[in-house]
Amino acid sequence: MQIAWIYGLIGGLCIGSAAALLLLGTGRIMGASGIVGGLIDGSGSNRGATVAFVAGLIGLPALMSMGGWHGDTQASSNVALLVLGGLTVGIGTRFANGCTSGHGVCGLSRFSLRGLVATIAYIGAGAITVTLLRWGLGL
Amino acid sequence: MKLVISLLSGALFGAGLHVSGMTDTARVRGFLDFAGNWDPTLMFVMGGAILPMLLAWRLTRGRAPLTGGTFPTQAPQVISRPLIAGSVLFGIGWGLVGLCPGPALASLSYGGWQGIVFLGAMLTGMRSVPRLRRVLDTRTTHA
Repeated sequence: MQIAWIYGLIGGLCIGSAAALLLLGTGRIMGASGIVGGLIDGSGSNRGATVAFVAGLIGLPALMSMGGWHGDTQASSNVALLVLGGLTVGIGTRFANGCTSGHGVCGLSRFSLRGLVATIAYIGAGAITVTLLRWGLGL
Repeated sequence: MKLVISLLSGALFGAGLHVSGMTDTARVRGFLDFAGNWDPTLMFVMGGAILPMLLAWRLTRGRAPLTGGTFPTQAPQVISRPLIAGSVLFGIGWGLVGLCPGPALASLSYGGWQGIVFLGAMLTGMRSVPRLRRVLDTRTTHA
């Protein structure tokens, strides 16, 4: 567990390099909710590039996991929790126009006030939720 | 060219999420658990991700994207209600399950039925937003 932060840092550098590559290469902001949301509700442009991006995003972790670097989400098996969590993440990120990658990574690195406010709001709400769940329900 | 760059970027993003632990809900919820046994790993992920982008934004000045077009201009820095309410709602869901949109996709191959249920609900939520926006807009104009 001591080396978790090294993997975190290396993984983070990959995430940031991916965002830099997409921005400098195609002029797009690498926000997962914006890219996927645009594909889902039909508001996005560049359908082909979006599909290619999502294919890479799903494909490489799949190959890594098959190749021996196993992934495990350890997600809850409580269906109500999963559905409620999915709905709020989907609706919330689209209303806010961004998630961890868009507001967090791309926004903070641009010294965006909107990105900073969003990041404080979702980390704060997430922290309160986790704390209440643990104290209230033992989840 | 645009397709290749997009594919490579998506793949690198996925690999980064996989390596960093962002697809592990226990680690994400551990980061959000400030009042409990706090796991700082996500600070390193966020810090590591911001570094290349600090440089990238600097490089956009006076240039154009490699495949043409223009760089996105910054949205007016208005702190709106949808920004705050949406982010709070997102944070609640993030805390409930421990997945955000990027990792939900990156973990699709190994996330089991739990990941598929979460992703299905997330996409349904995203799809409902244009309609929700219209309903909320009419309410505010009629109020």
